[in-house]
Amino acid sequence: MSTEIQEKEVVKIKQSESLISKRRRKILVDPLDDNNPISIQVLGICSALAVTIKLEPTIVMSISVVFVMIFSSLITSMIRNYIPVRVRIIVQLAIIATLVTLVSEFLKAFNYEMFKVLGAFVGLIITNCIILGRLEAYAMGNKPYDSVLDALGSSVGYAWIILVVAFFRELLGSGSILGWKVFEAVGWDTFPTNGLFVDSIGAFIILGLLIWAQRTRNGYIEN
Amino acid sequence: MSELFNLVIKSAFMDNMIFAYFLGMCSFLAVSKKVSTANGLGLAVIFVLSCTAPLNWLIQKNILDEGALSWISSDFATIDLTFLQLLMFIAVIASFVQLVEMIIEKFSPALYGSLGIFLPLIAVNCSILGGSLFMVQRDFNIQEATAFGFGSGLGFWLAIVALAAIREKLKYSHVPNGLKGLGITMLLTGLMGLAFKTFIGMTL
Repeated sequence: MSTEIQEKEVVKIKQSESLISKRRRKILVDPLDDNNPISIQVLGICSALAVTIKLEPTIVMSISVVFVMIFSSLITSMIRNYIPVRVRIIVQLAIIATLVTLVSEFLKAFNYEMFKVLGAFVGLIITNCIILGRLEAYAMGNKPYDSVLDALGSSVGYAWIILVVAFFRELLGSGSILGWKVFEAVGWDTFPTNGLFVDSIGAFIILGLLIWAQRTRNGYIEN
Repeated sequence: MSELFNLVIKSAFMDNMIFAYFLGMCSFLAVSKKVSTANGLGLAVIFVLSCTAPLNWLIQKNILDEGALSWISSDFATIDLTFLQLLMFIAVIASFVQLVEMIIEKFSPALYGSLGIFLPLIAVNCSILGGSLFMVQRDFNIQEATAFGFGSGLGFWLAIVALAAIREKLKYSHVPNGLKGLGITMLLTGLMGLAFKTFIGMTL
């Protein structure tokens, strides 16, 4: 008898919450700035830096990560009550690996040039800590719709950071944006491109400065 | 033999996992606050990398490659299972890490105590999976794969211990608020990368 009442109440709460309530908007927006996966939580740095030499592969990488993140969160959240706790990491890795294989085969079939540029780094989305971290911390304990919102927020928060890094690296390292020579178009033919930014060192420094700027803005201080 | 030695040196310094490929950055940044813990993680990575690289090599050559299954029967000569590569590799790594953890716990509780926490972390360390993927990409044979795994692990250990040592000293310096923690560590890593760049152009 009492369980029936409880179930009814749960249903009621569900209905009363709008599709984009205040709580859900917070889930979505929080990882974009105040709780950003890269600059605040220090997750998923590896792939953030490896593919950001040019803007175009970075866009492909961002889309892949958003895709893998959303669907792995959805699947994990839907079967979360059936996953044995002891083997959950392997189950989560299997879900992620399946989706990443899908992305990698899709790229191989429709954009082989890009697949060659990204190389092993598509496969390394599996070990992107953001994905496993969000599955473990959020999708394992929450309903599918909320988990998808959380995944969308986190992956877009990841995407904008790597897009900014890629923008500066391509601009300063190759003097172009999406392959379009900006400085020649402006009439500055002798713009000195800096090889340091094509190299890994430029990525570390740009990301370091970006983190500095962002943390100064939102006042986050790490101990 | 000297070629293998050269490969170890090359993958530890010139093709350093962290400074050249950004692999294993997450644990590199997260576990580099103290030298002793960084040392433990580094040693565990060396061990796991030098074991999983040849293991995955065997799987790639005997099961996944096109026609690799022909040792079972000639009917299988046309099967190409390379699309299962990612799934197989991550499964091997995750189960190997689990296995190592169990063995160490059984036979050397003291070592397990000092290393135990880092072992499960290693399963999601990109440098392990990256090592296996690069090894396939570069067409190594099994000795080269082992040497490459060991060298890459060595490079990771070197980098993480060096960074931890710098960060221990950094506690006594005045860093701007927004730059504390991750920010200054990124800049430091950039400078360390610059130092490692001096090895480029050396031929062995």
